[in-house]
Amino acid sequence: MSEVLLRCANLDKRFGGVLALAEVGFSIKRGEIYGLIGPNGAGKTTLFDVLTGIYASEGGGFRFAGEALAGLRPDEIAARGIARTFQNIRLFGNLSALDNVMIGRHVRTRAGVFGAILRTRATLAEEAAIEKRALELLGYVGIAARANDVARELPYGDQRRLEIARALATEPKLLALDEPAAGMNATETQELKKLLERLRADGITILLIEHDVKLVMGLCDRVLVLDYGRNIAEGPPREVQRDPRVIEAYLGGAAA
Amino acid sequence: MRGVNIFSKAQAQWLGVALVAIALIGLPFALASVGTAWVRIANLAILFVFLSLGLNIVVGFAGLLDLGYIAFYAVGAYAYALLASPHFNLHLPFWVILPIGALVACLFGVLLGAPTLKLRGDYLAIVTLGFGEIVRIFLNNLSQPVNITNGPQGISRIDPFRFGSFSFSQTETMLGLVFSGPIKYYYLLLLLLLLAIVVNLRLQHSRIGRAWEAVREDEIAARAMGINTTHIKLLAFAMGASFGGVAGGMFAAIQGFISPESFVLVESVMVLSMVVLGGMGNIWGVVLGAVLLSFVPELLRYTVEPLQKSLFGRSIIEPEVIRMLLFGLALVLMMLYRPAGLLPSAVRKRELAKVAA
Repeated sequence: MSEVLLRCANLDKRFGGVLALAEVGFSIKRGEIYGLIGPNGAGKTTLFDVLTGIYASEGGGFRFAGEALAGLRPDEIAARGIARTFQNIRLFGNLSALDNVMIGRHVRTRAGVFGAILRTRATLAEEAAIEKRALELLGYVGIAARANDVARELPYGDQRRLEIARALATEPKLLALDEPAAGMNATETQELKKLLERLRADGITILLIEHDVKLVMGLCDRVLVLDYGRNIAEGPPREVQRDPRVIEAYLGGAAA
Repeated sequence: MRGVNIFSKAQAQWLGVALVAIALIGLPFALASVGTAWVRIANLAILFVFLSLGLNIVVGFAGLLDLGYIAFYAVGAYAYALLASPHFNLHLPFWVILPIGALVACLFGVLLGAPTLKLRGDYLAIVTLGFGEIVRIFLNNLSQPVNITNGPQGISRIDPFRFGSFSFSQTETMLGLVFSGPIKYYYLLLLLLLLAIVVNLRLQHSRIGRAWEAVREDEIAARAMGINTTHIKLLAFAMGASFGGVAGGMFAAIQGFISPESFVLVESVMVLSMVVLGGMGNIWGVVLGAVLLSFVPELLRYTVEPLQKSLFGRSIIEPEVIRMLLFGLALVLMMLYRPAGLLPSAVRKRELAKVAA
């Protein structure tokens, strides 16, 4: 359990004159739910973008399952086992829920042009397996009945679930969720919590950006707090909550 | 009154397929009875369906706007012409050249695709437009210092398709039916077209087809899901281009003569219009669009002038002018009332509904 899955060291990311990430370093152990919190603009999503290869970091690096991944393309990183969801949901909106999840299987399957045209036995078997797995995953996140519905027309909570199912389809070792509870009501958040606990029980490590304090406190094993691109605190949620620097970051200097 | 259901749905479908097949098989003889010119028009229509299917892979499936598509048609046509004409005195059989043409066009597809990978929308359209023109201008000027393309004079006396002594350009009588050259080509083209449709349908419903859809819908999400977008976009360009290459080879053989004039920008626009009018992303829509836009202008050509003569006693507007006028009008009306095309794909319809909302 205590084996390190992801270790980041001295990550820097600059946008023009703005330092979005400054010497961010932390490590996530296999099997834990690791929270990432901080005020708006603290650099949480930027950190996600660096970890999933959308941005390259200017300094530092990160090792995932023993391999240095900094500088790889997003698809290469997905192939190595980091999958993510997006803060502003990025589903393939006009496709069915099932198609969305089936696309997630792309990176774990191999049929090429000739297989597709000739419909070889291997291709047909693979296609059947892709569909079966996609349906299973829709069931896993609890929206099996929505398989043929258009993604964009799903209720908000179901869209969030679908994004998780699509990410799971890539067979990630680390699932990075960017504000999965945003815009959810209390019931939906409760259900999301159950889903995340089930994922943990099934051995998937989770990196979670979340503003819902109750959810973070109840779910995360450890939490990292970012402010202006720097980590200002790390530890179990209860301790971090009492850290004066964290209180200052959230409430401003006057409150401290 | 409600119709009586004599057939099950599956039976009705097979009946439909059978009727269409009979119509397609009988068509060239019906057309030949009007005039051989109409069989030639049908053949050109099939070539345009071919082209539209190829362009649909790039534009419809992968969502990459390509305004220079005719360049691949040109590449395929010249590949055939150079390898089967007195120009270099090479006379390779067509079943050797068509795959070569597809391959060369495919290569050009990658050549165009590689530098444009980071471009989207308008910018991609402009670069591809430029590419189409570059190819045409090269063909126009590659007659000096070494004469490769014979410049604007084009290449003539191109070999027809031949199997041993069976030539597709000669008229033969079999079973009491007169098979003229164009009729023989018609059946060959139809066969190849069927093959092309099957290939397209299978590609669309495959892992590759889904990856194209993903790239079209949201490139960043597609990359995050592990799709190598560089690879998958190049694949779309290459596949689309190879269809153009095969169509070009057939065009060269059927016409027996090609010159750069056949591959101007308007032709690219025409093929794109076929795809858009029929219904981007929907294979049957694209087929319909290509057939309509190939036949209707020809029908107008033969009806507009006699109609004017009978109404006004003389021809007031040139048929060519009125053809383009009506064509433009049709496109404007289409975009207003059926923006997703005549037979839209379900996905495209939803996309456009979102834009309108």
